Amino acid sequence: MPRRLPHKDVAIVGLGWTGSILANELTDAGLEVMAIERGPWRAAATDYPPNYAQDELRYRIRHELFLQPAQTTFTFRNRMSERALPIRNWGAFMPPNGVGGGGVHWNAETWRFLPSDFVLRSHLTKRYGARFLPADMTIQDWGVTYAELEPHYDRFEYLCGTCGQAGNLRGKILEGGNPFEGPRSRPYPNPPQQQPFSHTLFAQAARQLGYKPFPQPSGNLSQAYRNPLGVRQGPCSYCGFCEWFGCGNYSKASPQTTILPVLVRKPNFTARDQCEVTRINLEPSGRRATGVTFVDTSGQEWEQPADLVLLCAYTIFNVQLLMLSGIGQRYDPVANRGVIGRNFTHQTISDVVSFFDPKKFIFNPFIASGAIGMCIDEFNGDNFDHGPYGFVGGGYMGQVQTNGRPIETTPVPPGTPKWGAKWKQAVKENYLSAIKPGTGVHGSMYSYRDVYLDLDPTYKDRFGRPLVRITMDFHENELKQNRFLTDRFAAIFQAMGARQMDKQYRRAPYDITDYQTTHLCGGAIMGTDPKTSALNRYLQSWDVPNLFVMGASAFPQNAGYNPTGTLAALAYWSAQAIRTQYLKNPGPLVHA
Amino acid sequence: MSRIRRRDLLTGAALALAGGAAARAGVLKGELPWRSDAVSPPPRVEPGPWQFFTPEELPTIEALADRIIPPDAETPGGKDAGCVVFLDRQLAGAYGSAEGLYERPPFIQGVEQQGPQSSKTPAQTYRAALQALDQYCREGGGSGLPRGKRFAELALEEQDEVLHGLEGGTVHLSGLDAKQFFDALRKDIQDGFFADPIYGGNRDMCAWKMIGFPGARYDYRDWVNRHNERYPLSPVSIGGRADWTPRHR
Amino acid sequence: MLSRARKLLLAMAVLAPSLSGCTHAHGGGRVDRQNFALIERGRYLVTLGDCTACHSDPTRSDSPFGGGHPVPTPFGTLLAPNITPDPATGIGNWTAQQFDDAVRRGRMPDGRRLYPAMPFPYFARMSAADVRAIWAYLNTVKPVHHVVVADQLPFPLSLRVSMIFWDWLYYHPGQWRPRADESAAWNRGSYIVRGPGHCGACHTPKTFLGGDERSHELQGYSLQGWFAPDLTGDPAHGLALWSAKDIVAYLKTGHNRFDAASGPMAEEVKDSSSGMSAEDLAAIATYLKGEESTSRRRAALAAADLDMVAGAAIYRDICAGCHKIDGSGVPYLIPDLAGSAAVASRDPATVLRVILHGAASVATREEPTGPQMPSYGWQLDDAQVAAVATYVRNSWGHSAGRVPESAARAARQTPSASAP
Repeated sequence: MPRRLPHKDVAIVGLGWTGSILANELTDAGLEVMAIERGPWRAAATDYPPNYAQDELRYRIRHELFLQPAQTTFTFRNRMSERALPIRNWGAFMPPNGVGGGGVHWNAETWRFLPSDFVLRSHLTKRYGARFLPADMTIQDWGVTYAELEPHYDRFEYLCGTCGQAGNLRGKILEGGNPFEGPRSRPYPNPPQQQPFSHTLFAQAARQLGYKPFPQPSGNLSQAYRNPLGVRQGPCSYCGFCEWFGCGNYSKASPQTTILPVLVRKPNFTARDQCEVTRINLEPSGRRATGVTFVDTSGQEWEQPADLVLLCAYTIFNVQLLMLSGIGQRYDPVANRGVIGRNFTHQTISDVVSFFDPKKFIFNPFIASGAIGMCIDEFNGDNFDHGPYGFVGGGYMGQVQTNGRPIETTPVPPGTPKWGAKWKQAVKENYLSAIKPGTGVHGSMYSYRDVYLDLDPTYKDRFGRPLVRITMDFHENELKQNRFLTDRFAAIFQAMGARQMDKQYRRAPYDITDYQTTHLCGGAIMGTDPKTSALNRYLQSWDVPNLFVMGASAFPQNAGYNPTGTLAALAYWSAQAIRTQYLKNPGPLVHA
Repeated sequence: MSRIRRRDLLTGAALALAGGAAARAGVLKGELPWRSDAVSPPPRVEPGPWQFFTPEELPTIEALADRIIPPDAETPGGKDAGCVVFLDRQLAGAYGSAEGLYERPPFIQGVEQQGPQSSKTPAQTYRAALQALDQYCREGGGSGLPRGKRFAELALEEQDEVLHGLEGGTVHLSGLDAKQFFDALRKDIQDGFFADPIYGGNRDMCAWKMIGFPGARYDYRDWVNRHNERYPLSPVSIGGRADWTPRHR
Repeated sequence: MLSRARKLLLAMAVLAPSLSGCTHAHGGGRVDRQNFALIERGRYLVTLGDCTACHSDPTRSDSPFGGGHPVPTPFGTLLAPNITPDPATGIGNWTAQQFDDAVRRGRMPDGRRLYPAMPFPYFARMSAADVRAIWAYLNTVKPVHHVVVADQLPFPLSLRVSMIFWDWLYYHPGQWRPRADESAAWNRGSYIVRGPGHCGACHTPKTFLGGDERSHELQGYSLQGWFAPDLTGDPAHGLALWSAKDIVAYLKTGHNRFDAASGPMAEEVKDSSSGMSAEDLAAIATYLKGEESTSRRRAALAAADLDMVAGAAIYRDICAGCHKIDGSGVPYLIPDLAGSAAVASRDPATVLRVILHGAASVATREEPTGPQMPSYGWQLDDAQVAAVATYVRNSWGHSAGRVPESAARAARQTPSASAP
C-alpha cells in the first residue's frame, strides 16, 4: 500500500541538469519543490575524490557511476521484423544514475545548435526541395527558434562558466571562434582551455586547408570562476579522467558544482535520493497529473501529490514513464500514428586514428580534459551545400582527444595483431605518438519512421514493468554523411603528417555493443502539432497540461553536436514559460 | 556510514537487498551531505592464496597470459606482470558473478550487434573454458598438436596456433562460444596489464612505464603547454609509490 | 552532526548542591514586548554570543534554545539548559537580575553555580544593558516545554563545590573597560572578542583545569582533534599574512583568499559570525590585527630532510591537483596552504585531522559552495601522513617543525574521528 506524503507544489522526477535547473527556477518563484532521484547523492570528496577518481578499470571499464542494467535496461533490435533482446551490459551508450545525473560524468562539451537546426524541415525543404529528403525521414521543426533560446543558452553557459571563443558576437564574426554559430549576446564567460600539442597541430593543419578551427566550448574550466548564483569552481588540471569519471577538484561544471549548493539551502526545496519513480498519477479523466508514485530502497511505495509534475529523467526513461502512465498516444510506425516513442535518434559518430613518427612527435595524450580540443564546423548542419552530395545533415569534427588512459587508449596501427609480441611492441611504440580523437566526427542523426521506442512484450524490470524496446538502425543518408565527413577529417591528419591512418567509418548495422555517445534523443518530442509531437513548444504535454517533460527526449531529431547545452537551454526556456505564463493561469500554454 | 555500506549504495547493490534491512533513501535538505571518512576506495589486492583459480587451472591461465602479453627484455609478460592475480580477484568478485548486469530470462541467441546473451557468468565461463581448452589440447586439437599435452605443456608456437584458432573461430570448445571466450580473455588480461596496480596486475606499474603513462596523477597544469616534450615524472598508483615512504624507515 | 567541540571546552552548566544559598535578586521588572529596539539588540547579541551553539539541539530544529543535544566531553556527558521563556522548564520565571547573575556570574537563581562551559568569565565583561537586552529577546522566542536532564559528570567534577576553587582561580569579574589610547573600532572589537564573542574559549590555551592561560591570550588551543589557531599577528603561527579584509571575509562567509572554515569554526560562522554586522566584523579585525606577536621564527626543515623529500613526493602526486604545486590553492574555494591559519599552528592537530579524515568547509549565503576535502587516511600510512604534514608545515614560508609519526598515529585514533 503506498504511503502518502504531504502535498507539494512541484514534483520533479530526476535530479540531473534539467531537474536541478527547474528546481532552482521554481523555488525562486516561491514554489515548494520535491525532487525524486533514483540514484544516490554524489560529491567529489566522498565519491570521486582526486586520489581514486582516476581509476580506469572501475569507472571506465566497469561503469561504476552509471545505472546498472540489473536495475533496469532496454531491449534492442535493428528492425521491426526482428526479435529484440535485452542489453545485458552497457555498450553503445551509458544511462546515468544519481544526483547530478550525466552532469557528474560528462565531458562538459557545451555546444549550441545552429539556428537552422531548429527549423530543420522547413529550412532544408526551402533550400533543396522536399524531394531531396528521403521519404521515410520524419524530421520536424522544433517550434522554438534559436533566437528564442539564445538568452537561455547564455544563462546555462554563465552558470557553468563555459570556456570558449565567441565566433559570432551579436552578428559580428570574430577571429578564432566558430564563424558558423548563431549570434550570441555575450562572449563566453571564460577564455578557452589551453590546448595540448596534437590539438594545436590539428588546428594548424585545418587552417592550412582553409578551415576555421576554434576551441571546443568547454565546461572544464580554464580558470577559477564564480557563477551568478555565487557558486565557485576551480581551474581544470588536465588530469585526463573526465568522461565516465567524476571531477575530483571542482573544475567540471555539474549540478553539484554550479546549482545544488544553493538549491539545498532553500527552505522550499527537498530532494530524496535512491527513490525510483514508477508512475505519474492521473485524475480519472487522464487530463491532469496528481503527482507521482515512487519506491524507496526498502521497497516501500510512496505517493507524492503535486500540482505540477516535471519529468527530468534520462531520454528513454522519460518516454518509458509516459508510456507506463498512459500519457499520450503511443507511436505506431505501421499506421504512422501516435507520438510517444516517435522520432527516436542517436548520433552518427566515427573516428580516424592516426599514427605519427615516434621520433618526431610526443603528444602526451594523458594531458587532456573532457572538452578540450580544436574543431571545425564547416561540415555541420547545413553549413555547406549538400546539393552535390545527396545527403543531409553533418557534424563538427576535431581533435577532441580526452585521454591517454591505457586500457582504452593504446591504439595500434592497422594490421597489427590484437595480442602477442607484435601487439605489445606496437603499443609501446605508438602510445605517445598516436592520435585517437575518440568522437572525432560528431555527426547528426535524423529521424525516421522505423526508428522508435515502444514497450517490450517479453522482458521486464525488477518491478515487473516492461522494458523499453529500441528499434534502431542507420539509414543510408547518415552513412553517406559519415563517409563524407570521415574522409575530410582524415585529410586533416594527412596534412599534419600522419604516416598511417585508421579510418573507422560508421557502418550499419547499428551495434548496441559499440560505444558511440550517450546522446539518445527524441521519443517525446516538442513541436507545433499534437498529431506529430508529444509536447508543445514550452515542453508542456499536449495531453496533460500540468506535466512538462525536459531533456533530449524533446529533440525532434539530433543535430551534429553534443546535446547538453541545448537541453539545458530548453529547461530554462520552459522554466520561464512556467514562471511567467503557466503559474498565472495553469492550463495549456498553446491551444492546438 | 561504513565503507562497505557506502559502496553498496554507490553501486546500487543495496537494491538487491530490497525488503531487508537495506539502506533507506535519504533526504537532501538544508546543507550538502558530508561525513568524515566517507570514502569508498578500491580494495587493495594483497598477495595471498588464489581466490578463484584451481591448481589445475593455474598453469593454463598463466600460459595464456604470457602468450597474450609475452615477456620481453624490458617488460614482464602477462604472468609476471600480475595479470593472473588480477583476473583471479576479478573473477572471485563482482565481475566474475556478473553483478549489476541484466540477468533475467529468456536467454536467446540473437545477432552479434545485440550483444552477448549468455546465461553464464564470467566465472562459470572461465571455469568451463579452461577445462575445455586443456581437453582440446590433450586430444590433439584435431590438427597436428601432440596428443596428451595440456595447453601449458605445448611449445610456444603451438600455443599461439591454438590461440589464433580461438580468435579466428576455427577452434571449437565443447559447450561454449570459444571465440567470445577468447575475446573476453584477451581483454581481461590486457585490462589487468594496464589497470592500476592496486588491482593486482601492472606490477610495479610496469605497463605504464613501458608506454610512458604517468598513472594516477591529477595535475598537468605545468605541462599542458610543454609541447612535444616528454613528461618527466614517474608513474604513480592509487596505492602510492615507493618515494612516498620516508627513506629512514 | 558537525563537531560541537567548541562548546565542550570545559564543562556545561550543571546543577549541584548550593553552598551560597539562594540569591533572590530583585529588580529587573517584566519584559516590554513592544520595545522592539531592545529586543532586536538582544537578538543580535544572541548571535554575537552564539547562544544557539549550545542551547539549541540541531536534531530539534523546531525548538531553538530549548536546550542542547547531549554531548560527550572529556569530563562527562553534558547538556545546556532550556533558555526559552517556558515558565516550568525554561527561564520564563526569571527576573532580569537572575538572568544577569547566571550570564555574568555563573549563579543560578537558587544559588547553584554554573560550570564555566557557559563562558561566563567572558560574559562577565558584557555590559548590564547588553545582558538585559538578551534577556528581553529570549523572552520573546517560542517557549519550549523541555526538561533538560542534568549532567552525569564524574566525581569530583560533579561537586559544585569544586567550582568555588575554579572561580577563585579563573573568574575575574569586572566590567570590560575601553582603552582611551585605542580607536573606537579597536575597543568595539576588543569587547566582542573578549566579551560576548568569547573567542578565547577556543583560541586561548587552557590550564589543566580548563581555565584560560591569560598570558597567552588567543594564541591557539587544541580541542577534540582540531586546533583553534593562533589569532595573533604571530609571523610563524598566527594571522600575520591576513589583512583586516581577509579576517572580515572569513568571519562573514567562512572563506577568504587563504582559508576555509571547517570543523567547529564552520559552525561558529554559520550560527554566529556570518550574522554579525559589517561594522562589528571590521572592529574584530581591527582588534585582532592590533594583537602583538610574541614568538620568533625558526628555520624551516631543509628540503633534503628525508621526511620533507617523501612529503614533497606525496604532495606533488596527490595534493597538487587541488592545492597546486606552489600550495596556493584557489581563492575562496581551496585553501592556500601558505596563508591558511591552520597549517602552521603550533599543534598540527587540524592538519593531521583534515588529511586523515577529510573536512567540509562551511557554506554561507555569500559563499554557498561549501567545498569538501576528502579523507586520505585509507591511502597514506602514519609515516606518510606525518611526512606530508611536515612538508606543508615547512614550505612556502612556514617553519612549524617536524610532525612525528606518533602524532599521525594518535590523530588517526582520535575518538572524534568517526564524527563528521
